[in-house]
Amino acid sequence: MSAVQGLPVYQPQEAGAGESRTRLLQGYSVATLLLLTLSLGLMLAYAGQDVQQGEVQRLFYVHIASFFGAFFSFGAAVLAGIQYLRTRAARWDTLALAGIEVGLLLAFINLATGSIWARPIWNTWWTWDPRLTSAAVMFLTYVAYLMLRNGIDNPERRRLFASIYGILAFGTVVFTLVIIRIRPDTIHPTVIATQLSTSGSEAEGAFEMSSRMTQTLLFTLAVWIFFVTPALMWWRIRLENAAERLHRLKAQYLEE
Amino acid sequence: MNTPFTRVMFSIIRKDLLAELRSRELVGTMLMFALLSVLIFSFALELDRVARQEAISGVLWVTIIFGSILGLNRSMGMERDNGNMDAMLLAPISRPAIFAGKFLGNLLFTLVVGLLLLPLTTILYNISVISGWMLVILGLGIFGFCVTGTLIATMTVQTRAREALLPIALLPVALPLLLAAVKATTAILNNVPFADWGTWAQILLVIDVVYLVVCVLAFEYVIED
Amino acid sequence: MSDTRPIIEIDRLVKTFGFLPVLRQVSLSIPRGQFVALLGANGSGKSTLLRLIAGLIKPGEGEIRVGGWLIPAEAAAVRPQIGMVSHKALLYDNLTARENLRFYARLYNLPADQAEARIQELLQQVGLWKRGESLVRTFSRGMQQRLSIARALLHNPHVLLFDEPHTGLDQEAGAALDALLQSAHAAGHTIIMTTHELDRAARLAERAIIIHRGKVAYDAATTPALPVLYREITGTAPTP
Repeated sequence: MSAVQGLPVYQPQEAGAGESRTRLLQGYSVATLLLLTLSLGLMLAYAGQDVQQGEVQRLFYVHIASFFGAFFSFGAAVLAGIQYLRTRAARWDTLALAGIEVGLLLAFINLATGSIWARPIWNTWWTWDPRLTSAAVMFLTYVAYLMLRNGIDNPERRRLFASIYGILAFGTVVFTLVIIRIRPDTIHPTVIATQLSTSGSEAEGAFEMSSRMTQTLLFTLAVWIFFVTPALMWWRIRLENAAERLHRLKAQYLEE
Repeated sequence: MNTPFTRVMFSIIRKDLLAELRSRELVGTMLMFALLSVLIFSFALELDRVARQEAISGVLWVTIIFGSILGLNRSMGMERDNGNMDAMLLAPISRPAIFAGKFLGNLLFTLVVGLLLLPLTTILYNISVISGWMLVILGLGIFGFCVTGTLIATMTVQTRAREALLPIALLPVALPLLLAAVKATTAILNNVPFADWGTWAQILLVIDVVYLVVCVLAFEYVIED
Repeated sequence: MSDTRPIIEIDRLVKTFGFLPVLRQVSLSIPRGQFVALLGANGSGKSTLLRLIAGLIKPGEGEIRVGGWLIPAEAAAVRPQIGMVSHKALLYDNLTARENLRFYARLYNLPADQAEARIQELLQQVGLWKRGESLVRTFSRGMQQRLSIARALLHNPHVLLFDEPHTGLDQEAGAALDALLQSAHAAGHTIIMTTHELDRAARLAERAIIIHRGKVAYDAATTPALPVLYREITGTAPTP
């Protein structure tokens, strides 16, 4: 195979290093699945039922954990975007893309669990509450990110614009976090750090946390932040790298 | 004050103003849109006096925002269509000066539309919306919107979907601005004392400053090929 | 800077768009005052090469120097020395010819009084002195192209880059453009022009460079036999 000048050539020796990385990822994924199962077990069997809200309150652990998972993966996309602008290395953009796609999935889980919880508690699937609206807009902002990416053919320009938009879009994540502070009329309960919040008076569906509940919450949060989110991102990065490799081989094949 | 930066900035503003005086493409379409929008809202919402008081600030801001999106697309499209952006990049001038020039031009046009919209709404909705604070909030809101709009429009005119992508990419990013602006405007229209809504003006100011810094820094990246 | 040094030096230049190689290890050296025709099929990379020299896009690997300055790192130093005419007009439709030139004169920081004289001179040179106050959108393609050349010459740059300047011109306008190119060459400008028209290239330029599949496939003085050579090298006739 003659190397095309100026074209990064596929190196077969990458496979050796890749194999050990694959095993690491497989181990990490198995650990993630086990821990996730354990956290679900805690949620269902250990945490105990809420007196007022009943079984549906158990969704709350996943609801919170998925939001923070999304927060960290969107945050990773911001850092990766800044790194891309500085170094122009494509792998940073791959990380940003992985962060945003995984973030979208987690944000969707967050919205879906919230909606299911709201049905019995607020007696509606959805309401135009400031918190809910901003979370939905956050979700849509990142859909817009994907649309912007799709609209640009030149790969370098695509990475560049995506990095910048990924940084700007994080504004909506911050906005979703702080909106409880600046819009006290939200009915969304603030269970964590209630003492910091000015709301609570209008919140509907708040509840007291027992120590078992707190333990379950902390465990679930840790699993989603340190295992579920990174594992998903890792797989997504591998998928993107494989697709890149395919494109590169295709380009090489067409050249010859 | 005649530094290379201001020279380029004012040249660009002057050029945009001159082209606008010739064609009236930008402000003309924006104003026509604004007028239609205000009318359509008043029919669609079949507003009674009380409902109007509540809805008017929303109508005002939605109209301004969509109107300015029309203008932004036109303004940045003008630089792309004939390759004028390339010609500017070929010249020995600073990139932030190009941003400043285009941004201030867009700001000026949107402010004109916003200012004309105030008496228009006053007449059509029979509620006085003109006051000193109103002008301040109008200025702050439009400022932030034009800053992000100029940056994002520079990107979207280089994409395949072009005009269609600007509102999709811009509206979510501008949402915090919109919220603060609508809240402040509603408070002013209901004669709420400043102490009760002043926070919104402060938030608006903070968002403006943050967006300005981010957009000036990012602009250099979005005009390189 | 001595005059014997080549004005443009390109060393092992590589540019890829994603995985698509556009230029692969192009090395060139162009002495001052030469008129070079850059030939090649659509997508051969000749326009990309021109935009790289102009500093509008960044090289992947390799080096470009114009007048000894590294592009794009030191581009600010050479920008006043580069004028470009592309197949796009690079003019504002809703401004008059004179207003367009005045705007660009300010960007190049020409003093106002000098700028007016220069604009007058250029409008005469490109045969548009009567149309100085007309809006550019009322101009024919040929007139726009002539005004575009006036715009590129405004700051009296030494290097002139022409990207398919004959596109969309009728015979008469094309001949007028040729005369302008020849007079600019006679005045000592270094000119690089991409084109599909081999006869025209052979007639106007001193040197022809054929870019084929991202590489320099031919680089020598122009001869009337250029069309034959071109067919041999690329295996195709140029697509107009």
